[in-house]
Order: sequence, then C-alpha cells, then structure tokens
Amino acid sequence: MNVHVAPSHASAAGSGPAVVVSNLTRAYGKRIVIEKLNLRIERGEFVALLGESGCGKTTLLRVLAGRDPIQGGRINAPRRPAVVFQEHRLLPWDNLWRNVALGLQIPDARERAAEALAEVGLDDWPRNLSGGQAQRVALARALVQQPELLLLDEPFAALDALTRIRMHELVRELIASHRPGVLLVTHDVDEAITLADRILVMRSGAIAFEHRASDATSISRIDLLAELGVTSSPPLN
Amino acid sequence: MSNIELSNVEPAATAVASDQGQQNGAPSATRAPSRLGQNGLQLLSWLAPNTLVIAWELLAQAGWLSPQVLPAPSKIMRTAFKLISSGSLLDDLGISLLRAVAGFAIGSAVGFTLVGFSRIAEAVVDRSVQMIRAIPFLALLPLVIVWLGVGEAEKIFLVALGVTFPIYINTVLGIRQVDPKLIELGRIQGLGAFKLIRRIILPGALPSILTGVRYALATAWLALVVAETIGAQSGIGFLAMDAREFLRTDVIVLTIVIYALIGVAADAIARVLERRLLAWHPNYGAAR
Repeated sequence: MNVHVAPSHASAAGSGPAVVVSNLTRAYGKRIVIEKLNLRIERGEFVALLGESGCGKTTLLRVLAGRDPIQGGRINAPRRPAVVFQEHRLLPWDNLWRNVALGLQIPDARERAAEALAEVGLDDWPRNLSGGQAQRVALARALVQQPELLLLDEPFAALDALTRIRMHELVRELIASHRPGVLLVTHDVDEAITLADRILVMRSGAIAFEHRASDATSISRIDLLAELGVTSSPPLN
Repeated sequence: MSNIELSNVEPAATAVASDQGQQNGAPSATRAPSRLGQNGLQLLSWLAPNTLVIAWELLAQAGWLSPQVLPAPSKIMRTAFKLISSGSLLDDLGISLLRAVAGFAIGSAVGFTLVGFSRIAEAVVDRSVQMIRAIPFLALLPLVIVWLGVGEAEKIFLVALGVTFPIYINTVLGIRQVDPKLIELGRIQGLGAFKLIRRIILPGALPSILTGVRYALATAWLALVVAETIGAQSGIGFLAMDAREFLRTDVIVLTIVIYALIGVAADAIARVLERRLLAWHPNYGAAR
C-alpha cells in the first residue's frame, strides 16, 4: 500500500490540521516498526518526538516525508512536507540561493530564496559556511517551500551548545511567523521542553506518553527521562 | 558566483571528495621546506631531462650515435622546420586531429548515452558493456578492417571504440558515488527525474566523468596511432610509416615527439576543464 496524501479541505491561511495520521502501520518484512499509530498535528503547533534509538521515530518521520511506503492506515497531509535533516545536505556545487531555491517552481524563485536567506540572517552570502550557518540555509530551503508540515530530523544535534541555543531562538521565531505544523525528532530532552507545545514519547512503535505545555502541571526533565527509560539519572539543576 | 564551501563538513557530505585523494593539497603544504627552496627544487627537476637531451646531442655530434638509429635533436628540429615550411606536416597533423576529434565526439556520445540514467537502463546495458570491455579494443582491429576497410571510417570507428568505454565506465562509477542523501533531498524537494539528474546526479558524478574524459583522450590517441600506422594515406602515422620506407629516422622521431606533445596538450585541456567545472570541489578548485 502506498502513502495516501489527500488534499485538505481547510483553506491554506486558516487553521486546521497540518497532518492527520490514523492507524498507521509500517513494517520491514515481518518486523513491525510502527503499529497502529495515531497522530494529529495542527498548523502552528510544535510537536517534539522523543524516544530511544530504534523505537521507530525516524521511521515515522520518513513515512511522513513520503520516503517510505506504509502497510496500513492513512496519512492525510495537505501538501508535501518540508524536511530539515541532521546534516545540512547542501549541494556543494551550487551557490546559496540556488540551494535554497532547489525544487521551487515559481518565476521569482531567486528573490524568494534571497528573502528566505535574509530571514535566517544570511544576507551576505558567506563563502565559508560554519555548521550553524549551513543548517540555517537548510532551514531557509525548507521554509521557502511554505510547508504546512515541517519535519525536523535532529537538526541541531551536530551543533555546538551555543549555536544550538541561537538556532532554537531562530526556529521559534520562524515557526511563529510561518506557522507550519512541526514535528521535531530529537534525543535532547531539554530541547523538547524548550521548544515544543506538545511532547510525545515513542516506545516500540507506538506513542507511549504525551504531555502538553498548556497542561496544568509542567513536566520536569527527570519525569521525561524516566519516560525514556533513564531512571538512575544524576540530579541536574 | 559564490559557490558554497563548508568549513566543517560531515563525512557523508564529502564522500565523493574524500575517496578521490588527499584534501586541499596537503602534501606540498606539510612537506618540510628544503634548503633549496621552491625555486631551487623546480630548477633541479628540470636538470635531468635537459642533461639527457644535451648528452643525446653531444653523442650524436661525436658520431657515437648513428643517425640511422637516433638522429641528433638539432637534426630533428631542422626536419621539423623543413616539413612545416613545406606545409605537409601541418596538413597531416590537421587530418590526424580531425580523426581524433570525430572519433572522440562519437565515442563519448555513445558512452554517455549508454549510461541511460536509470536502473532499468543499467540492467539492460551494463552487463553487456562490461563483457565487451574485457576485450582489448585494439584486438578488434582485424575485424574492423574486414568491416570497414582501411579508410577514414575504420580509423574514426577505432578511436570511438576506445573512447566509449572509459566514458561509460567512469560515468556509471560517478553516478554510483553520488551521495544518496543528496538524492533523497532532491526527491523531498520535489525534483522530477530530469531535474534530479541535472541538479544533483550529474554535478555529483562530474569529478568521475572528467576522469573518464582524461582516460578517453589517452586511449583516443593510442587508437589513432595504431589506426594510422596500418594503411593510412595521410596523417602523422602515415608520415612515420612513409619515413620508415626511406629510413628517415629523423622524421620517425619527429612524429613520436608530435604524438607526445599532443598527448600533453590533451591532458592540459582536461586539467583546465577540471579546474573550471569543479571549482566548487576541495580537491580540484583553482583557488586552493
């Protein structure tokens, strides 16, 4: 069975779900990686997905990106989602604006790419990009597509701590102005608490825990780590 | 155009770069400076070939080398001027170059077309090409002569045959070396098959394709020498065979020198192509 991508009935500017996943099953041969998973992400909602390695979170992201076939269930997404990976995946033979405009099929692609670059704070087109700058370009490349669903696959994992904090600020601002639904796959509990409206913990192919930032009780790092199976963590802060 | 260079790239992103050789011209930069300095070493490297030519000249002048065996370099120079002024050398050179260019154009077009840029095309073509490639292409010469005689067609065919395989093999190799993560990115950005090839697969395969062009230039030349040595009425090879009849060793050596010079020129062209087309690549870029 293939991925079902049905057009949404909601208008592009309005709210409404960025993606609705129902009873999703994904298996590699006989090994089931995701089993009957349900997930709904609203536009403008920032969802962080945590989980141990091999719990199926990267598979879920690949399925949502349309890169993997599914064996059961439905995915309703209004449009092709944009993805930012852990590696910047920039084309070294193209300059910055051509990288950002990759796949953009509009007449004024160059201006739009320049605007997107300015938005991530890169208007002077540096010749040598640092890791953080390369990741900003990757972010611009995703946002210039005006996605309704933005998939972030550990995009800050390879950055140093200071750069990561700056990137968090930038992403927060950009999401607030563009308002796509966001699914952030991460290993970083603090990152999830800082950025997300909703935190999901995935265990053996299903969502095992859910917490909303709007809930009356706030969640502590320790609680979340316990959900991830880290019980004997030393007290930090 | 400011192309992107990345100061801290991941291994995956430079997979193509890293298996082509050392990074950023490291060997010359890390080698300890010699007492002679860069210019001194440069001079020293030219010492041996110059000494060799001078020794050759002196031995020939002294009569130790028979002009039948190896004429003096000065004699060869004089022969070159004589043949140039009579116009015959340039005519033959022009004909040889024309054959090489025609054969190269046909051979590279065929080699490139065979690639096909799809898994189905590869399944259909690749095994056959790899089997035919096992034949040294010069071994086909008698068959080619039976098919086409000893005219222009035979010579151009032989050159094209020698060019097709290096172009095909290196292009296929280059495509296999393109980072699959970049191809996945292209698909996610919604590129169609044609754009994926043009924006990601071809540029990613270009270092290997140009290596193929370089090999192809060398085999084209080899094929031409062989084709012209057998039953040619014109061209550099004909000049050499004609001279053999009259024991004109000076002309024979001259043709060998011309072949060598053209080989060097072809290699220089390939280098210029690499520098211009691969300016973005840390191993080829002119600025490094």
